[in-house]
Amino acid sequence: MQLIPCPWCGPREEAEFHYGGQAHVAYPEDPSALTDEEWARYVFFRDNPSGPFAERWSHNAGCRRWFNAVRDTRTHDLLAVYRVGEPMPEVTA
Amino acid sequence: MNLRTGTGGSIDRNTLLHFTFDGRAYTGHPGDTLASALLANGVHEIGSSVKLGRPRGVVAAGSEDSTSLVQVEAPFSEPMLLATTVELHDGLRARGLAGQGRLAAEPDPARYDAKHEHCDVLVVGAGPAGLVAALTAARSGARVVLVDEQNQAGGALLGVDEYLDDRPSAEWVADVVAELKSTPGVLVLERTTAFGMYQDGFVLALQKRTDHLGFAAPAGVARQRVWRIRTRQTVLATGAHERPVVFPDNDRPGIMLASSARTFLHRYGVLPGSRAVVFTTNDSAYCAAIDLAESGVDIALVVDARPEAPARLAAECAARGIEVRAGQVVTGTEGSGRVSAVHVGDTRIACDALLVSGGWNPVVSLFSQARGKLRYDAELGAFVPGGELSTVRVAGSATGELDLTACACQGRDAGLLAAAAAGFTSGGQVPLPASDSRCTARSGLVLWRVPGDDDASFVDLQRDSTVADVLRATGAGLRSLEHVKRYTTIGTAHDQGKTSGMIAAGIVAEALGVELAEQRPTTFRPPYTSVSFAALAGRDRGDLHDPVRVTAIHPWHVAHGALFEDVGQWKRPWYYPRAGEDLHTAVLRECRATRESVGMMDGSTLGKIDVQGRDAGKFLDMLYTNMMSTLKVGRIRYGVMCGVDGMVIDDGTVIRVGEERYLVTTTTGNAAKILDWMEEWLQTEWPHLDVHCTSVTEHWATIPLVGPRSRDVLAAVAPGLDVSNEAFEFMTWHDTEVAGVPARVCRISFSGELAYEINVTAWHGVAVWEALMAAGEPYGITPYGTETMHVLRAEKGYPIIGQETDATVTPQDLGMSWAVSKKKPDFIGKRSFARAENNRTDRKQLVGLLPADPGVLLPEGSQIVETDRLPEPPVRMLGHVTSSYPSAALGRTFALALVRSGHERIGETLYVPVEDSLVPVTVTESVLYDKEGARRDG
Amino acid sequence: MTSPPGAHLPEHPDFLWDNPEPKSSYDVVIVGGGGHGIATAYYLAKVHGITNVAVLEKGWLAGGNMARNTTIIRSNYLWDESSGIYEHSLKLWEGLEEDLGYPILFDQRGVLNLAHSLQDVRDSVRRVNANRLNGIDAEWVDPAGVKEICPIVNTSPDVRYPVLGATYQPRAGIAKHDYVAWGYARAAHAMGVDLIQNCEVTGMETSGGRITAVETSRGRIAAGKVALCAAGHSSVLAEMVGLRLPLASHPLQALVSELLEPVHPTVVMSNAVHVYVSQAHKGELVMGAGIDSYNGYGQRGSFHIIEQQMSAALELFPVFARAHLLRTWAGIVDVSPDASPIVGLTPVGGLYLNCGWGTGGFKATPGVGDCFAHTIAHDKPHPFNEPFTLERFTTGALVDEHGAAAVAH
Ligand SMILES: Cc1cc2nc3c(=O)[nH]c(=O)nc-3n(C[C@H](O)[C@H](O)[C@H](O)COP(=O)(O)OP(=O)(O)OC[C@H]3O[C@@H](n4cnc5c(N)ncnc54)[C@H](O)[C@@H]3O)c2cc1C
Ligand SMILES: [Zn+2]
Repeated sequence: MQLIPCPWCGPREEAEFHYGGQAHVAYPEDPSALTDEEWARYVFFRDNPSGPFAERWSHNAGCRRWFNAVRDTRTHDLLAVYRVGEPMPEVTA
Repeated sequence: MNLRTGTGGSIDRNTLLHFTFDGRAYTGHPGDTLASALLANGVHEIGSSVKLGRPRGVVAAGSEDSTSLVQVEAPFSEPMLLATTVELHDGLRARGLAGQGRLAAEPDPARYDAKHEHCDVLVVGAGPAGLVAALTAARSGARVVLVDEQNQAGGALLGVDEYLDDRPSAEWVADVVAELKSTPGVLVLERTTAFGMYQDGFVLALQKRTDHLGFAAPAGVARQRVWRIRTRQTVLATGAHERPVVFPDNDRPGIMLASSARTFLHRYGVLPGSRAVVFTTNDSAYCAAIDLAESGVDIALVVDARPEAPARLAAECAARGIEVRAGQVVTGTEGSGRVSAVHVGDTRIACDALLVSGGWNPVVSLFSQARGKLRYDAELGAFVPGGELSTVRVAGSATGELDLTACACQGRDAGLLAAAAAGFTSGGQVPLPASDSRCTARSGLVLWRVPGDDDASFVDLQRDSTVADVLRATGAGLRSLEHVKRYTTIGTAHDQGKTSGMIAAGIVAEALGVELAEQRPTTFRPPYTSVSFAALAGRDRGDLHDPVRVTAIHPWHVAHGALFEDVGQWKRPWYYPRAGEDLHTAVLRECRATRESVGMMDGSTLGKIDVQGRDAGKFLDMLYTNMMSTLKVGRIRYGVMCGVDGMVIDDGTVIRVGEERYLVTTTTGNAAKILDWMEEWLQTEWPHLDVHCTSVTEHWATIPLVGPRSRDVLAAVAPGLDVSNEAFEFMTWHDTEVAGVPARVCRISFSGELAYEINVTAWHGVAVWEALMAAGEPYGITPYGTETMHVLRAEKGYPIIGQETDATVTPQDLGMSWAVSKKKPDFIGKRSFARAENNRTDRKQLVGLLPADPGVLLPEGSQIVETDRLPEPPVRMLGHVTSSYPSAALGRTFALALVRSGHERIGETLYVPVEDSLVPVTVTESVLYDKEGARRDG
Repeated sequence: MTSPPGAHLPEHPDFLWDNPEPKSSYDVVIVGGGGHGIATAYYLAKVHGITNVAVLEKGWLAGGNMARNTTIIRSNYLWDESSGIYEHSLKLWEGLEEDLGYPILFDQRGVLNLAHSLQDVRDSVRRVNANRLNGIDAEWVDPAGVKEICPIVNTSPDVRYPVLGATYQPRAGIAKHDYVAWGYARAAHAMGVDLIQNCEVTGMETSGGRITAVETSRGRIAAGKVALCAAGHSSVLAEMVGLRLPLASHPLQALVSELLEPVHPTVVMSNAVHVYVSQAHKGELVMGAGIDSYNGYGQRGSFHIIEQQMSAALELFPVFARAHLLRTWAGIVDVSPDASPIVGLTPVGGLYLNCGWGTGGFKATPGVGDCFAHTIAHDKPHPFNEPFTLERFTTGALVDEHGAAAVAH
């Protein structure tokens, strides 16, 4: 069980959190202007890298806030956490 | 010869314990393990091997033993325990195993629990290195946890009679433990095995709390406890396991690791036999030979595989009349059952014990689990930690260091560094104990096996896997140790290869002519030693397996004989059978009463979310397919929600409470999901919107009051409310008092009947429910459950999300295009409606089905086909029956179904395979009752 | 004492395969030496006569999910598309031991999928009916029937989520994964396929929209066609040619107990209580745990998932209380949005895709090996994998098996 440093509450057990997949995937400005292909990219296709990955977590059983993290998917180590709206920090993995 | 020594060991010789093994009665002493007590009684054959049925004895004294598998039968049956780790108690009943255990048929009466512990420095292993590490860290002020799998601290010291600082080492150990235990913030856990090491300093340990007490175990105390330890720094002082050498017929009982024989002597006062041969590749076994000789064992010979025996130790042997032969090896053994002779070349030496040492394997399992890299140490012939981790340090013989003082020194350094890394730098120095040890093992020769009959040279005694098996594997083309492990099954048994893994690796490297340094050892996986399922389940069983949620009115339902349905975590009344009624008769009665007069149900489990803020309307417009911002205060609208893929995920009513406030209801099972869904969009996508969402499900008790007489009942309990159709329109709500308490009454209907939904604070739920029952009495008011609710709504063609839908159904498929806004530029899911697949005309659509025979009830889940004869499979299916009921109102059975091109098929006859027949059905619109909606206003 | 039941597994043969150096070029390069990759090579050689084939494996052969799965084999999926490919596979399983001349220990001991809520019951009956019309053996059994098939299941009404019944597929079962992989590998090797281990594909070369070669840790290898069978690493490989896949790679854990006398005659799966358990050939209880929620390539999961697994197991099987957890491990599963695989062509000529099997692709090994080989040989999908295109995520023609697959195997 990992310790996830919620940017609002501090480090908490992984079981308190809910995973939200890739971060920084914005809802399209105008979905109706997209081709089926572009829309499908938004709905179904996400990055799935082996290495640092910017992703979303929600501290469901705590402050209930969503935040972003950069985690190395090879080691599962959290490299950085940051609040929604903040830019992704530089990390070295 | 009595195999129990006259004195010594940490057993209580004044107390006799009675136990039985394989049906025979024996005695032992407190402090014994089952293994030591059996050996003391001359029982060397514990079980037999799994494949060949060869007798198996005790190879090692601790948890690394690979052969002494037993089934404990009393106090409570437990399979596959090592006799070396079962503490003896009075009345213990056990039997030896042939590699397979048996599960008890009766339920385990014991309790299990788990505890969280946080510390700065966790020390695993209470041998000299671990004790010094723990004490050093403790003196620095760090919170320290020290765990050890044994019932007492001391580690390797428990198996020797050495002196530290000129006094018995046990005294030094006792002093350290006493100081640790009296230091605030320090926790010392005996009988506690750290079995798993995970990320961020998360270590799992299993504590055996009452097993050693046997029948005297107190009932209220959890038998075993899982410690979930979160530590900043860890010191692994897990020691080393002695490694055997493989030679022909090396599997007989009586063949034991030399250090383990020494442990049996010093810790338990038990001799391995009367006449022993010692076979070693290093110095450490000499101490076993000398100690045993001094205790009266006839050491027939020390066979040292090295070209030259160590001079000082050889001299000590000579002084005791022990012959040492260097440059020789054991080439075979004899014995039926227990070993009776050993072959060294052409010499045959009669004996009843053979003590072997092939060097030492550091215990690196936890280090490896913590993703520490391992390095092959060619001098030691073992994998050792190959570098530090920032939060995990290794000390003592777990590093490959075998000198006691050096181990203690490593412990001190590790303790200091760990404490400092955790922020405690004021560490007081702990003086290192001075040792009188004669034997170090560094100077060994790496010898995996003695050539000979490969088929009788056992690498894994528990799996009956031999050198021949390993060579067959490499001969078959296998190169990786993982492959060899799978081919031979070496290392897959109870001990997970603790003693066999390294040797197998060595033999493979030899056979392939590669360096071991280039081989990757097989992965160490948790748990380090086996852990009972029950311990891991802990308290999360039965009702605690998953929380049970009940409504405020639940006790009334129980008292009135309701049967319950699990919906998510909720218990919902399913129906209220009267004497002699089954589901169908009860539901027909409940339905009839409701449609003809008045019924009511507990709707409190519906999810309720309070949505507030300037942008609440805008927000709900994005979430629902229809428009919510235009809803007027005081009014109510039904809404449907889709996922981004355009599939229906939930539905419910939305009431506008104020200009900036809505109350949203969700289905029972989806309440939490929908709240999460809302939060996710709000926080991650539209943080600029001024909206706040709060779950208020539990705040309310919700009672739908349904049927033509509902108005009369409501009027009776809400005198201040004008219940007339004009004053209280459909899809509006009013705040009022019901049965004397503040209430919000909504005029909504999920049955097509005149209906009111009465909401009061949960505290008043039962009182209001009872008041309604009383007021409804003249009309025969009938409480009903989810089943009747389902029938009533199905007669009206209203879908249940999750029953009529399965994540592949759109609002259009449900015939709800009317609920999909054409005006809104966008809402979640809208774009998906334009995809090719959504525009096929042969999508599955919700329709009604009427069986040709009005008495035939279609099983829910039936499939629907086009033809009146079934062709050979695969048969083309048009859809399936989602709901099916006998209907009191319709006087017949009916069903709802999703059918390909269903809307176009209305009027067609289709077929439903039921058992061996095909039931003809007519496709109808989904609304079957009161199509005009005449009953809505009463 | 005599040896207990199941103690003897059949011996592996004296010869399995050679370990050749990679050639500079092959007609077909298969990336990933798991079950799917090896089986594909086998059917390419056997059915299509294409033998100038290399299987490139970055670690040891069949050491990925193939070595880590709980080996449940069944074909009782809901939709016609799935029924097609999984039943095709099951039929191949039924003849596989003979086909490979290798004891794969395929044991058709049946699978029970338990229902714990009224909606579970409806969904189960629906699936049983669909299965039957698709020619798949399936039955609905009530709690007494469950008890009869598997007496140790706790069918009493007073557990947290009582067993309301189950679907039962008698032809379903388990096999021994290493034996299956090695059986295929030996046979493929015997027909001329090169099995190349410790050979990681690190890049791909294309020219004019066609794949021409792969870069590997053991040098460049030219290829007429390249077929991806990399399971959890599929996204990473596809990325090498700029292809994005709708996949997320997650840790999935499993565990075994020590060897126990036979108590569990079948395979039991429960989505609601999250248990899948069988007793393997030697007597160990084999259990799959829930999927870890986050993306991860670390081949390790979190321990609380195992603890939840144990509490769920004891709910349904109280007799397991004093069984012991002996070993836990994790694989990397490639989960697709509709819990169905992606098998077929790609926008890059000569590059073929087989992925997205998630938590349930072991059972598909023979079926997908056969169909994928067909797809590669003919540059056209086999009818059984035709529905499983990448394009379905654009058109919306998903094959949503969440109901039948969930985290189930
Ligand atoms: C714990 C667990 C339980 C499961 N239980 C079941 C079950 O009961 N029933 C069932 O049907 N399915 C089950 N599955 C799923 C099943 O194991 C997989 O779907 C299936 O094994 C995937 O196909 P494969 O065998 O080819 O995958 P793998 O064996 O994972 O093969 C992929 C191979 O590709 C290699 N590779 C990756 N990248 C590269 C590269 N760049 N170069 C070279 N090689 C590369 C990997 O090393 C790996 O060997 C389970 C999976 C897990 C993890
Ligand atoms: Zn928080």
